[in-house]
Amino acid sequence: MEFSIERAALLKAVAQAQSVVERRNTIPILANVLIEAEGDQVSFRATDLDIEIVDQAPAKVSRAGATTVSAVMFHEIVRKLPDGALVTINDDGTSGRMSVDAGRSSFSLATLPREDFPVMASSEYEANFAAPAPVLRRLFDKSKFAISTEETRYYLNGVYMHVSDYEGSQVLRCVATDGHRLARIDAELPEGAGSMPGVIVPRKTVGELRKLLDDDEAQIAVSVSETKVRFATPGITLTSKVIDGTFPDYTRVIPSGNTKRLEVDASEFAQAVDRVATVSSERSRAVKLALDEDRLVLSVNAPDSGAAEEELAVAYPDEPLEIGFNAKYLLEIASQVDRENAVFLFNSSGDPTLMREGSDESAVYVVMPMRV
Amino acid sequence: MDCDAFYASVEKRDDPSLRDKPVVIGGGRRGVVSTACYIARIRGVRSAMPMFQALKLCPDAVVVRGRMDAYVEVSRQIRAIMDDLTPVVEPLSLDEAFMDLTGTERLHHAPPAVMLAGLVKRMEDELGISGSIGLSHNKFLAKVASDLDKPRGFSVIGKAETADFLREKPVRLIWGVGAQAQISLDKAGIRTFSDLLRWDKRDLMARFGGMGERLYHLARGEDRRRVSSRTPVKSISNETTFNEDTSDPDILDGHIWRLAENVADRAKAKDKAGRTVTLKLKRANHSILTRQSQLAEATQIADRIYRTARLLFDQVSDQGPFRLIGIGISHLDMADANEAGGDLLDPQARVRADAERASDKIRERFGADAIMKGRALR
Repeated sequence: MEFSIERAALLKAVAQAQSVVERRNTIPILANVLIEAEGDQVSFRATDLDIEIVDQAPAKVSRAGATTVSAVMFHEIVRKLPDGALVTINDDGTSGRMSVDAGRSSFSLATLPREDFPVMASSEYEANFAAPAPVLRRLFDKSKFAISTEETRYYLNGVYMHVSDYEGSQVLRCVATDGHRLARIDAELPEGAGSMPGVIVPRKTVGELRKLLDDDEAQIAVSVSETKVRFATPGITLTSKVIDGTFPDYTRVIPSGNTKRLEVDASEFAQAVDRVATVSSERSRAVKLALDEDRLVLSVNAPDSGAAEEELAVAYPDEPLEIGFNAKYLLEIASQVDRENAVFLFNSSGDPTLMREGSDESAVYVVMPMRV
Repeated sequence: MDCDAFYASVEKRDDPSLRDKPVVIGGGRRGVVSTACYIARIRGVRSAMPMFQALKLCPDAVVVRGRMDAYVEVSRQIRAIMDDLTPVVEPLSLDEAFMDLTGTERLHHAPPAVMLAGLVKRMEDELGISGSIGLSHNKFLAKVASDLDKPRGFSVIGKAETADFLREKPVRLIWGVGAQAQISLDKAGIRTFSDLLRWDKRDLMARFGGMGERLYHLARGEDRRRVSSRTPVKSISNETTFNEDTSDPDILDGHIWRLAENVADRAKAKDKAGRTVTLKLKRANHSILTRQSQLAEATQIADRIYRTARLLFDQVSDQGPFRLIGIGISHLDMADANEAGGDLLDPQARVRADAERASDKIRERFGADAIMKGRALR
């Protein structure tokens, strides 16, 4: 195998691939990236056995072939090469070494045979559809903060992507929860997605997927089966197993009868929460919201470190209410609001609270109060 | 200060009929000896020895299941006496503690040796428990000294005689040099402290890593560790060895609950809550399996610890049989205000936590057995 490639294109492809590779590995081949050169394309493939990513980059291939080298080391080398360099990769297939040459730098990397590299089996997908990158970005960006990290609740360690009904029409919906907060984000159902089975997309996949979604113009080809999900742009294909479990019935968690309505400027609110939370040494401490006619007083009382209070002018027409929340959770949901005011709907100080942006119900958040 | 056969002494004090009998503290036929009284020790019984072996050596031994609460109580009383000597007391276990007596001479108008003699006398007079004293200029030597003429020992290693004292002593004297370390020291030809003195620091570090540097200093009787009265607790755990290996899920479930409750009780007493729950299982062949789970919020609630441990247990593919099970919490945090958050997906969790707090109050008032869960009886 021999090819030449521009450093910037190589770096982008290798960076993407190496991030999938697990840092601590007991199987040596999984630390490697599979490089395949053919035609005028080179592909870089990496896997942790649950996720597989394939990046393609244009290159001048003088001899087709394939080999594998340490993904992290290869990435480090390419990263440190000068911008604009032309990189020549050569593997004679017999020496067990792959050479990397650029200008006056030259490296020789140990290889492992390509036959040992586990390529994810291809499978049949029940639904194939295209979604604009900004739509997927919104669905996952706004829900991923609520993904649980509790290993025992493995079925919550991802975003539940499925087709659901909203007011008579079908929507593409992403839901994540860790039992303390929940995010439910809807988008218009793309054509061809109706037959899609509901899948739990693992946290790591959500993180890797994000890197495919930066380009506003890109159309992402999405394929979904009961066991796998695939996202593809013209250059990158990300395939992932989905979490084998049942996502709990989240609909009964979303309160529908909350009537006490608070409307507040989201960024003012977030800043105030952040300020008063400073006095609590632990981020897990409670912020108390005391609501009275058009007045909100935020306070934190941490016995061993201090106390803080801040008043905000808000729209709140209902009877007085005192309710406490984990400051971190409040900040996280408040920071999801980007266009309109944040609207909170309360029931009592012990019941889940609902938050949405203005009257837009395509993104709703639920947060469990704390006792204060 | 190191108590003499502490658990056994407490048992003998509380039951005078045991006085002249060999007494061994430990759990069941499968357990190990946690303490042997001096009569049993004459027959060769040692702590950490398997119980069946102890009974072979000493068939007439009276085996007493430990009464931990009684020992904790006595330990607390001893601690109170030690607190009269110095504010800097660092407990190593229930029956052993370092005290820093630096600068207390002017306070007590008596040198440390006199005060320490007074300490063990008070322990015997007031509590009926004897202890041994090791007095020296650092922790390593004080610990060594306390073991020199047990029971009811009193040894002093002064600065001037430190080098002479250590010279021909075996290196296994060093706390932390176990069988494994001793083998590697042996290979390097190091048996005594004088062997150690011949090595320079760099070589010791190259050969033994971090321990090498410690060895270098200990060989010279140097130990700069401070006596610290505030060693933070890093984890709280409890484990139990079964009388017979078991794979019965009902029996194991009962153990998981009891262990979770014990861990929760101790966490509550210390005002701590843990963010990580660990399950430990020992298979019949003694190999160990551990699983842990992070929680979104730290907990001290037995119900939460139990449920997490139970899920971990259910996710273990090994069917057993097991000879030991243990539960622990770590990544500890102060408990206040924690746990106040409810669980959206498990609305009953808060109710169960409230019920647990309520039964804690009942147990506090009417005793540990006043109210318990049915599954504790499994």
